[in-house]
Amino acid sequence: MCGIAGLIHRGKSSKVGHELQGMLQALKHRGEDSTGYALYGDTDGKNFIMRFKVGENVGEGSTSVAEDISVYDERKKIVDSYLLEMGAKIIKEERILPYSLRYEIEYNKKDLLEFSQKIESIPGVEILSMGKSLEVIKDLGNAKMVCDRYNLDKLVGTHAIGHARMATESGVDIKSAHPFWGYPFSDVSVVHNGQLTNYWNNRRALENKGMRFMSECDSELIAVYLAEKMREGASLEEGMKESLSGLDGVFTYFVATKDSLGMAKDTMAAKPLVLYESDDLVAMGSEEIAIRSILPQEIDTYDPFDGEVKVWQI
Amino acid sequence: MANIKSVSKKTKAQAMGMHTEVLTGRTQQKFFNPDEAENFYYFGTYDVDFNKRTDLDVKDMTAAEANKEIDNLMSQGYGTIVIKNPQGKHSLGVGILNKLNLIFEGSLGYFGMGSCDGPIVRINGRVGWSCAENLMAGKVVIEKNAGSCFGAAIRGGDLICKGSVGARTGIDMKGGTIIIGGDAGAFTGFMMQRGRIIILGNVGINLGDSMYDGTIFVGGEIGSYGSDAVDSELTKSDQDWLRRKLKVAEIGESFDVSKMKKIVAGKKLWNYDNLEPTEKKGAI
Repeated sequence: MCGIAGLIHRGKSSKVGHELQGMLQALKHRGEDSTGYALYGDTDGKNFIMRFKVGENVGEGSTSVAEDISVYDERKKIVDSYLLEMGAKIIKEERILPYSLRYEIEYNKKDLLEFSQKIESIPGVEILSMGKSLEVIKDLGNAKMVCDRYNLDKLVGTHAIGHARMATESGVDIKSAHPFWGYPFSDVSVVHNGQLTNYWNNRRALENKGMRFMSECDSELIAVYLAEKMREGASLEEGMKESLSGLDGVFTYFVATKDSLGMAKDTMAAKPLVLYESDDLVAMGSEEIAIRSILPQEIDTYDPFDGEVKVWQI
Repeated sequence: MANIKSVSKKTKAQAMGMHTEVLTGRTQQKFFNPDEAENFYYFGTYDVDFNKRTDLDVKDMTAAEANKEIDNLMSQGYGTIVIKNPQGKHSLGVGILNKLNLIFEGSLGYFGMGSCDGPIVRINGRVGWSCAENLMAGKVVIEKNAGSCFGAAIRGGDLICKGSVGARTGIDMKGGTIIIGGDAGAFTGFMMQRGRIIILGNVGINLGDSMYDGTIFVGGEIGSYGSDAVDSELTKSDQDWLRRKLKVAEIGESFDVSKMKKIVAGKKLWNYDNLEPTEKKGAI
């Protein structure tokens, strides 16, 4: 079934990594094959933060094939050389796990399509996120395991979305885990709960337009679909409203950008969502217990109706 | 079990034409005879005293532990139980099969008060999906909003939400009354077979889709009608019943029921066309 959660602080920052961990851990019964975070941290906004992987987690439960760890080093070297070639300067590099890296890079071109295509032309390399605020962290296991593994507890920011996944239609691996980066737009991420039934038709049409898919997970379609709409000039909210008719199936999804957070629910309202909204905080999740993990006191919550789209600014 | 064909004397239900089946061989079907009520034992029920009251803080309990403790309190004769700190937990208060005053000081998660028969419940908060699913009798009042599938498959009792509810309210309901003070989502009354739904606010698309029978009253705007849901005349007796019901429910007492819309089944579904009149009666 999968669980999704998101929150946005309006007018202040908070320990969003810790808060989202609590929300997603409360939803772990909805799936703990993998968990993913899209965190929008407080940065100076000068440099890009690129989260990428050079291999898969092949631990217990993974559907990925084990590779020799030396392959990861080879891939990393090629990434470094490509960055240099494209005029990107590595300011800071962290190798969090053998297969997972975080680079802070100075890169002045606005179009990330060419950049991303070049990096991802290296077999086994995938950019998980690229942005001046966004950091996508996803791995196998439940929310606490991933949070501890990547030390997300202390990350301070304004908003975040996350996903607890029960793998149904694609593998148990990082590439199929949510959130999905809204490639090639910086700072756009998506999480989804549901099933899309016109995935292949939409995918073929979008691929013909030059859009890229990294997995066979139907949820990735939402990120690519919205990215395509925005590339055509639509605003995020307009793209989300179009998705209600453009995407077939049942879905509730969240999208986040550098300064906003949005939700959309299909016209059948088949997937759950509970929402809490106040002047300084919006929190939402597949179940109320997710919200209760950060707001244990009595609060007023509600279920958005079918076909509803909402967007909040920080 | 009972072999109906071999029973010469008709049960009251059969005499009234409610059951016309002629069953052969072994069957699990039983018909309730009020004269034999004392021979029926309803497993897991207690005689409780409404004046015997206690509080139960479930903050650090799992749903299973909380439900077991409620059962334990009922076994001690407590007839009024106040649940503190439910904090959106799922499946609280399920399977209560006797009369009981139950008050939740907070919100419930999914399947709250599911499969109950008899308790009177007040929830001073919100409820998640599938609240009071399969309710047989009793009354459940929610002071705030409710999630989707509110009152799914209820057979009887009154289910009242003073706020708004999500999609598929009253899906597959087979009796009882659902009253909504606010708005209701899409597919309200989906495949309902009996009972009544009252919505004082607006309702979403596909209202009463594929409903077999039952009645839906709507005070606000209707997004769209579902398949086989049609308008019907709001009679004076309907209005009297609505006023009585809203008054008892402590909701919308001053609401002008004369302007409400009444929606019923068009009964054009394929099975109605193919059934004999007596079979139709049995089906509903």
